[in-house]
Amino acid sequence: MKAFGVLLRRELSLAWGNGGGPLLALTFYACVVVLLPMASGRAPERLAAIAPGIAWLALALAALLSLERLFERDYEDGTLDLLALGPAPLEAVAVAKCLAQWLATGAPLALAAPVAALMLGADLKVMPLLVLCALVGGLAFAFLGGLGAALALGSKRGGLLVAVIVLPLFAPPVIFGAGALDGYSAGLPWTGGLLLMLAYCAGAVALSPLAMGAACRNALD
Amino acid sequence: MLRVVLIKDLAITRGERRLFSNLDLKLGASEAAVLVGRNGAGKTSLLRAVAGLLRPAEGTIAFEGDAGLMEADAARAEQLHLLGHQDGLKSSRTAWEELRFQTLWTGGTEETARAAAKRFDLMRLLDLEVRRLSAGQRRRLALARLAASPRALWLLDEPMAPLDAGQRAAFGEVMREHLAGGGMILASVHDPLPIPTRAVEIGQ
Repeated sequence: MKAFGVLLRRELSLAWGNGGGPLLALTFYACVVVLLPMASGRAPERLAAIAPGIAWLALALAALLSLERLFERDYEDGTLDLLALGPAPLEAVAVAKCLAQWLATGAPLALAAPVAALMLGADLKVMPLLVLCALVGGLAFAFLGGLGAALALGSKRGGLLVAVIVLPLFAPPVIFGAGALDGYSAGLPWTGGLLLMLAYCAGAVALSPLAMGAACRNALD
Repeated sequence: MLRVVLIKDLAITRGERRLFSNLDLKLGASEAAVLVGRNGAGKTSLLRAVAGLLRPAEGTIAFEGDAGLMEADAARAEQLHLLGHQDGLKSSRTAWEELRFQTLWTGGTEETARAAAKRFDLMRLLDLEVRRLSAGQRRRLALARLAASPRALWLLDEPMAPLDAGQRAAFGEVMREHLAGGGMILASVHDPLPIPTRAVEIGQ
């Protein structure tokens, strides 16, 4: 457990400092959120209706950003060998990496999401639900993204491969989250979508470390 | 503590190519063995197989401790250092951050990390980012974790390559102490190590 804490702190400092960290993700997020309304035509009421959806989808895209380096940098410089020979199994190493990724980019993005939605004209009352969806969904994005990053280990042009592996896996939480947000702002039943997203997230957090550990072992072999 | 490494009838295949087969090796406490052979003979692969990172095609690798046969995964997680070609250091972090993490991760403490830094003449460099270090300094930083966290078996891949003559002698002293304390060293080298060793020929 102590070793896990040591590793988590290191991963956090790497995720926070390297490759832009939260600043890069937030800037990218801002860009997407500004560009999408430009493409959707000039009708503020239409924009307001899809604002929570845009803020939510842009989150999924921004979560893709620094995924490629999650395992790759440790694989390239030999640190993954060291991590494999530590007191914690590679599955726990993967959990630490994904948690750090979530804390360094997912959580700041979740706090930025209501600001973006507000700018687009969304109703104030959906904000608490949007933050909740963004936090939970961000956790699922981090773990599924880690899965893609581990599977793409050692391949050339890994970044593109990660996106292709990961985006289909992002579809269910995006649909469930958008359903919950949509239902809530329209006064329809919305808890179903949220619960489904929570379940999907729990499944991702529980299962993807097993796959990540196996993928890392396979890459080291 | 790990006392004996027993390699029996080992064969390693990379892709379609059989690197070597029928390798037997017994390494006991206070023993050092060097793997010699041409480039590509499989020295690095053998070290990685002992570390459990690479699955051998045939044969077994067993670890024996004070109380008989040890579970291989536990022995590897607690009793084994692997130092490959790459130093495993992040260029954007400071030397101390990296040494501290590697030491704590492999079971040492901050005090032992400091002592190892002194031992390897790294104290002046600890506040520098790793990217500012020379190849030899990086290697010393990577070697420092061997001394900082006590693990019985050292698997070293060309450990001396970037070191200067003085540092080679200093590391020789560290290796001698490790062996005197009951440790084991399995190293792949082209230049001889400054300690008494047994040579193991790898490859057909």
